[in-house]
Amino acid sequence: MSAVTDLLQQVVEGLGSGAVYASLALALVLIHRFTGIVNFAQGELAMLSTYVAWQLVASGMPFWLALPVTLAVSFAGGMLVERIVIRPVQGAPELTVVIVTVGLFIFVNALAGLIWSFTVKDFPQPFPDGAIDLSGVRVDWSTLGIIGVVAVVMGLLYLLFQHTSIGLVMRAVACNPSSARLSGIRVGRVLMLGWGLAATVGAVSGVLVAPVLFLEPNMMGGVLIYAFAAATLGGFDSPVGAVVGGLFVGVAETLTGAYVDVIGADLKVGVPLVIILAVLLVRPQGLFGRAAVERA
Amino acid sequence: MSTITAALGTDRARRLRAVLTVLFAGAVAVGAPFYFAPFQVFQLTMVLLYAVALAGLNLLVGFGGQISLGHGAFFAAGAYAAAVMLDRYDTGHLATLPVAAAGCFLLGLGFGVPALRLRGLYLALVTLSFAVFLPPLLKRLEPVTGGSMGLTVDKLQPPAWSGLAEDQWMYFVVLAVTAVALLLARNLLRSRVGRALLAVRDNESAAEVMGVRLSLHKTLAFAWSAMFAGVAGCLYTWVIGFVSPDSFSFVLSITLLAGLVVGGLGSLYGPLLGAAFVMYVPSVSQDLSEAAPGVVFGLLIIAVMFVAPTGLAGLPGRVLGAVARRLPRTAAALDRTPEAESAPDAEPKSRTESGTSATLDPADPAVVDAEPVGAPPRTEKE
Amino acid sequence: MRKTTALRAAAAATAALLTATACSSQRGQDAQDTAAGGACKGQQTTGITDKTIKLGGIYPLSGPASAYGTISKGVAAYFKYVNGKGGIDGRKVQFIVRDDGYQPPKAVEEARRLVEQEKVFAVFQTLGTPSTAAVWDYLNKQKVPQPFVATGASAWGTDDKHPWTVGWQPNYVAEARVYAKFLKDERHKAKVAVLYQNDDFGKDLLGGFKKAVAGSGIKVVAEESYEVTDPSVSAQMASLARSKANVLLDVTTPKFGSQALAADAKNTKWNPLHIVNNVSSSAAVLQPVGFKNVQGVVSATYFKDPADPHWADDPEMKTYTDALHKYAPDADPANQFNAYGWAVASSLHKALDTMKCPTREGLRDAVRNLKDVKVGMLLPGVTMSTGHDDAFPLETMQLMRFKGERWQLFGKPVDTRKEFGPLTK
Repeated sequence: MSAVTDLLQQVVEGLGSGAVYASLALALVLIHRFTGIVNFAQGELAMLSTYVAWQLVASGMPFWLALPVTLAVSFAGGMLVERIVIRPVQGAPELTVVIVTVGLFIFVNALAGLIWSFTVKDFPQPFPDGAIDLSGVRVDWSTLGIIGVVAVVMGLLYLLFQHTSIGLVMRAVACNPSSARLSGIRVGRVLMLGWGLAATVGAVSGVLVAPVLFLEPNMMGGVLIYAFAAATLGGFDSPVGAVVGGLFVGVAETLTGAYVDVIGADLKVGVPLVIILAVLLVRPQGLFGRAAVERA
Repeated sequence: MSTITAALGTDRARRLRAVLTVLFAGAVAVGAPFYFAPFQVFQLTMVLLYAVALAGLNLLVGFGGQISLGHGAFFAAGAYAAAVMLDRYDTGHLATLPVAAAGCFLLGLGFGVPALRLRGLYLALVTLSFAVFLPPLLKRLEPVTGGSMGLTVDKLQPPAWSGLAEDQWMYFVVLAVTAVALLLARNLLRSRVGRALLAVRDNESAAEVMGVRLSLHKTLAFAWSAMFAGVAGCLYTWVIGFVSPDSFSFVLSITLLAGLVVGGLGSLYGPLLGAAFVMYVPSVSQDLSEAAPGVVFGLLIIAVMFVAPTGLAGLPGRVLGAVARRLPRTAAALDRTPEAESAPDAEPKSRTESGTSATLDPADPAVVDAEPVGAPPRTEKE
Repeated sequence: MRKTTALRAAAAATAALLTATACSSQRGQDAQDTAAGGACKGQQTTGITDKTIKLGGIYPLSGPASAYGTISKGVAAYFKYVNGKGGIDGRKVQFIVRDDGYQPPKAVEEARRLVEQEKVFAVFQTLGTPSTAAVWDYLNKQKVPQPFVATGASAWGTDDKHPWTVGWQPNYVAEARVYAKFLKDERHKAKVAVLYQNDDFGKDLLGGFKKAVAGSGIKVVAEESYEVTDPSVSAQMASLARSKANVLLDVTTPKFGSQALAADAKNTKWNPLHIVNNVSSSAAVLQPVGFKNVQGVVSATYFKDPADPHWADDPEMKTYTDALHKYAPDADPANQFNAYGWAVASSLHKALDTMKCPTREGLRDAVRNLKDVKVGMLLPGVTMSTGHDDAFPLETMQLMRFKGERWQLFGKPVDTRKEFGPLTK
């Protein structure tokens, strides 16, 4: 294996991890666009959805039937969470809502452990086994599959944001809920829709990564941190930014971990930190985010 | 009710009441370690030291309007500074406190500069990744930090003349440091710095126009805040006598922020309430559900935020306010929907009407600036 | 107005007075109970009577390490089972479990609660190296036994300042020695790549392995670490694959163990001999990867894996399964951590049986004076032995290889103390 194929192999690994981060980052961006908050429980809700899918498959349902059922359940579940957990603190300071999602994180994590225990579960792989060989570089079908699905979700979100009336409505809601309400928008419904959609995107993420990371209650905890990094780098407004940010973080940390001995695998987590800091110092709104317009 | 409020509004009465409150609190604080069992005294000690960290975070988040999810890292830096000094250089406990404080102040200053460019969410997440990065870094610096096994150092020992038990002595030392720290925080906020910070948080552009030196004050807020966290970390080493990298994971940073919000942002005694919550509620959760304490703990956090969206410190004011609103104007109160009551604009009214609450001193900035208590640090809005 | 302030002043003064006069009402006099006479005169009898014995354990029931919390269920089930049969030497066991969330300060708080408020006889067990290291100074100062801690760090046995603390499971260095011996015997020119968890567990095992192969033809050619907070180890596995090593030493905890095994199976170009450490060797870790993907994997063990059909007819395993169904219906008997809890609790039972005095000192001496004690849940040939210069109860492990759908033990149990000599700091 030559040095070049070697390097390319590492890049492929990085893209694989990056796609995992990007998939959850998309859900974070979605909820941020709708509600203006950062949702700490997003990863845990995704994990919960994945357990739902696992339970359905384990009870004999074919995977391709279990998947749409799971997505539907997640959509309903997300709306329910908004109605029951978030609505009561609507209008409270933003940080209060964020801490409620931290409470939700702890709750869901412990609940999953209580129901399904902490034993690792195997999750059916939707993509074919094996890999394709591109002149010495091995690319797993599952990696390609994850990147493909992430690209599709990103495209759908882009269309939703830019080319539908919902996109406009939710921007209005996220910007200024009271003005939105005055102009006839049913804010409550829009927020429920946002939580439902984010939970659905999260469920897609969970189902995608579970065969690679193996399903257990802490599966998404580590991913969430990297997804935050991805969304911060790309800009919390932009689905394209989330994906580019995720892939970039994945590749950067894999390459430095593998090739820069001083950094090594233990400190590679610091690489995205430095990059993010550098990028944000130049562009405080992230790579693809829109600049804030201040009004006194 | 209203007559009492008016009467108490006079200067003399207010001062008298404040003195009495302080005396009373002091008596309780000094008496506690002679009353409670040693392990309960230990718990109180932990509450006090977490309160120092939360008070520091409060300067930044509650008054400065900048969110930090990385204060666990400053806490760890203070703890490690003390532990390394005790372990390698045998300096004695008291010498570690100024070093930890000064070191974290400088560290915070260093962090405050890039933080100027970042706002709201982005700042929060950058500081979070700093907290994530610290444990592996501490492990890597094994020759100094003892690596993943951590460092075991001597706890604070009572001098013979005091005649106190170890837990009592630790309690009094921590109590003294906490009292000084909380007073310092209070005075900081009443000084130029505090007024500048409040102005910046409430309306940055306006403050700048008025001549507030934005960058200076924001950077200093970060530094002060980091210093408090470092002092708390130093006390932690004195009390626990053991530090390890995995004791200071990013979960600690999130816990600190959660504790502060639960206790009450922008309130002077919110940090104490938040520290008590962080300390006691996990044990209570386990008593309620052996099988999954996390389920109960998560629910309790959510429940507190439902009942007191501005934190526990705002709760008495909210309750009294609601009562006061209802009593004289029952008819008017009737057609208020519950949503209207929990709306943020209900807050200032409740605060001003409930001036009778013993601990709410109208001279406190906590009350003066009642309106935007815990107001969202302004994230980018188009 | 004057009335109000006067009232307030009176109230404050009364309260302060009350506080002052109520001194030490909860604090109590911490007089230790001691044995009255005989050879045990003056020894502590706190927490133990003729009818009862009170034990307290600190486990992570919440937080990132809650997977290990279930050990407490195995322990509790054992004590309930024993109580059903009349208790330990006529004493019913009262077992209190506290949660530390895997945080050292919380562990200190709970240890103090158990000792000062619950007045336990011994703290059995603390879980994890950080929590154990945070409380052992306190417990030794209080002279409270801390037997059989649930961590394999070698510090518990090589330290001479903490006579009240003793380990139980084979320490990580001992385990590393077993793998070193295996490689010396079968692949004396091995080039080894190591994947390890970046904490005391991974470092101890890696360090022990390097020491044990020093001077032989075996070389460690690549090492990669991961943090428990990392989402996956795939990048590390890709780096290790570049080393072209012919042996992979996999020092991981369960989820990462599954990931590493799967990554190894997927990479058809690199096929090293995969040695997975004991923590991740449960069938529950291998099964999600697919049994066809883990053929030939090597590991070492010291207690019976409840998920292994080989032990289905073992009498102790049957007792365990029945007791778990009866006393801990929500716990899965096939989970190796429950079996671990059962094994360590029955080990403590054996140690309590050998106490000369029913006192804390008696237990401290008993756990340091075990002679080839057999425990039903341990593998045949694995026994507990300690002495005045040996604070490692278990130092014997047996190698096993995965074949078909289960582990197959091979070779003789390896007594690492005999093979490599006692462990020093």
